[in-house]
Amino acid sequence: MSSAASTENAASAQPPGHGHVPHHHHPELSHHFEDLRQQRDSLTLGMWAFLVQEIMFFGGLFCAFLVYRTAHTEAFNAGSSHLDVKWGTINTVVLIGSSLTMALAVGQAQRGNRKGVVTWMLATGALGLTFLGIKAVEYTSKWEHGLVPGRFFLRGDHHGLEDILPMADKVELFYGFYFVMTGMHALHMIIGIGLMVWVLIETFKGKVTQNRHAIVENFGLYWHFVDIVWIFLFPFLYLLGR
Amino acid sequence: MTAITHDENLTAGEPAPVAGRTNYLNASHGLKSWLLTVDHKRIAILYLLGITFFFALGGIFAVLLRVELSTPGPLFVESDTYNRLFTMHGIIMVFFFLVPSIPATLGNFLVPIMIGAKDLAFPKINLLSWYIYMLGGLFTFASVALGGVDTGWTFYTPYSSTYANSNVMLAAVGVFISGFASILTGLNFLVSIHKMRAPGMTWFRLPLFIWAQYATSLIMLLGTPVVAITILLVAVERGLGVGIFDPKLGGDPVLFQHLFWFYSHPAVYIMLLPGMGVISELISCFSRKPVFGYKFIAFSSLAIAVLGFIVWGHHMFTSSQSVYAGTAFSLLTMFVAVPSAIKVFNWTATLFQGSIEFTGPMLYALGFIGLFLIGGLTGVFLGTLGLDLHVHDTYFVVAHFHFVMVGATLMAYLGGLHFWWPKMTGRMYPQPIARFSAGLIFVGFILAFMPQFVLGYLGMPRRYHIYPEEFQMLHVLSTAGASILGVGYILPVFYFIWSLRYGDVAQDNPWGAAGLEWEIQSPPTQFNFDETPVVRHDAYDYRTELPVPGERQGVKARSV
Repeated sequence: MSSAASTENAASAQPPGHGHVPHHHHPELSHHFEDLRQQRDSLTLGMWAFLVQEIMFFGGLFCAFLVYRTAHTEAFNAGSSHLDVKWGTINTVVLIGSSLTMALAVGQAQRGNRKGVVTWMLATGALGLTFLGIKAVEYTSKWEHGLVPGRFFLRGDHHGLEDILPMADKVELFYGFYFVMTGMHALHMIIGIGLMVWVLIETFKGKVTQNRHAIVENFGLYWHFVDIVWIFLFPFLYLLGR
Repeated sequence: MTAITHDENLTAGEPAPVAGRTNYLNASHGLKSWLLTVDHKRIAILYLLGITFFFALGGIFAVLLRVELSTPGPLFVESDTYNRLFTMHGIIMVFFFLVPSIPATLGNFLVPIMIGAKDLAFPKINLLSWYIYMLGGLFTFASVALGGVDTGWTFYTPYSSTYANSNVMLAAVGVFISGFASILTGLNFLVSIHKMRAPGMTWFRLPLFIWAQYATSLIMLLGTPVVAITILLVAVERGLGVGIFDPKLGGDPVLFQHLFWFYSHPAVYIMLLPGMGVISELISCFSRKPVFGYKFIAFSSLAIAVLGFIVWGHHMFTSSQSVYAGTAFSLLTMFVAVPSAIKVFNWTATLFQGSIEFTGPMLYALGFIGLFLIGGLTGVFLGTLGLDLHVHDTYFVVAHFHFVMVGATLMAYLGGLHFWWPKMTGRMYPQPIARFSAGLIFVGFILAFMPQFVLGYLGMPRRYHIYPEEFQMLHVLSTAGASILGVGYILPVFYFIWSLRYGDVAQDNPWGAAGLEWEIQSPPTQFNFDETPVVRHDAYDYRTELPVPGERQGVKARSV
């Protein structure tokens, strides 16, 4: 028997009673996994590993922020006092709410209830968009007050900003970090909403079942992670030294 | 089997190598079947092509550098051009050759096979990582085409963020993008090694190559994101003028160095650890003995990965860091020498009383040990706080890291390619010329970089192309060595390509080696194993169970 033939045979005939689900017969199993459990475990571990990577990414950013916060405490406090705690608080509530709806969507996925998944994920998406909308309002207001770092920092009317003028460089540094940190966070939100559209399409296609819902669970992990980043960003940027 | 012939080179009764069996190379045809493949073996080949291209590009810069340095005065470039030459040499070699070299080619090819899996856990992400790597390479190539970058491969601020007027952004974006290829490869290996091992393939039955890849993957996953955010901050400073690393505006350039070396020191072990894994395989196979102290070698890989994250400050002894921090970093740096030494001692102990066979791959492996020994020991010199103040930023440092990252890693990379080439391509290359090129590389390397230790000790700073005349002799020796080295590196390209068409058809196990990859056909079928293998013995089981299919005449297990 030639090897070519044996390869084909192996792809079409598994010995019976082999102890695991024959991979080529199970429509929900990718070709390279042995069984559904291995597939789900791999996907979940992959997501956790990815989130560890994300922690290191934001970790570097938080580290740099804290170094400068320590070095220029007064300026960073002054910069912080010009952020809008009201919007920040509302956004925190919105985002925690979206984590709740996401958790409910995962619960529905585990029961194989596609309709429930779609409903709760749409709610999550709506809350996510609300967050981004509020962020856009805040960004616009910072632009109007001349607090966007770079060439236009403190251009125009300085009304209400007199306290930061003596240390404008350092406050600009604070706003540099504010925009990079919240911008990176917002980028993760936008990517999250893009991923959500993909997960919804897969759900509509009937790919989410009681056996195979790792995609919803893993998206949920991602969403919670982005939420947690904000839980750190909010006190560091808005509340510290107020 | 239908075709059994007897050849005097083969043990009687062994099936002769058969060309033209269905395998991963001829399972499908056409460019599209390659560019859209999710087969880890084909992706390994794609990486091999990309990496070879960037190695050649970086090599051209190296040639120009060494030619320029053969005379004390300016030969054919201005200082500014020279800055761009060594920067592009460094960026391309580090980020586009050394970091991906062994993991992305040999690792991609071997990790699933060695653990008994059909593919990596995420085949599509694996392909994605190649595209990301190539996209990053495209940006860097564009920056070369537009005149290059002159900041040095380290992108130190405030030069890179404020003053340099070369294509810093393009190259930085290239490095930023290619970092994600590295992260995804690491993630893929990590999950595969955790979750895809065949029945019976316990952690301590894994080949040591896998342990090394595992440790490397941890560094890729944990380190690379930090350099990504660092580059992003440089981009923000350069683009928006926010003084993140500019002391005039409240920033701190030393913070950049902290963040940069937090990745870039562990990155040295991304470049080195996979090579150490290759060497464990080679030494064991060609000594016909199980590796001495398996668990020590396995855990020393992890120890290097962990310790690698807490020694970054030894790059900054002269950067105004506190003397207490310097002392601590110096001490921790010494600790890294311990697991490294464990490996070298264990390889040596493996050789002891082994049936050593000086094949091409084995000579590369022995060359690795020699060059790594010198590179590692001079690392201890540099980690010593007082001595480093003297040789910091001199050719002593240049020689040290070339010994480790180039001498050792390239030896391992080429040794691994020579060892697994029959498995990857199904063809043998001529052994004598492989042995010759291994010798050439070793001699050329020693000649090229030994004089640089002396130059550095005498005070020749790095990154200058004009130097006092009394240094010329040493520089000429170095350039001569580099020429020999160049020939040594080019030779394998020729005979590897030659072997694809004219080489002998390889047996499934031409070296008589133990390991799952040698129990399947050469080249492997698309899904590696017809049936998921069940592993019933330890790695390197040369004493109790010789793999029969490839056992060659005159090569017998030796009991110790």
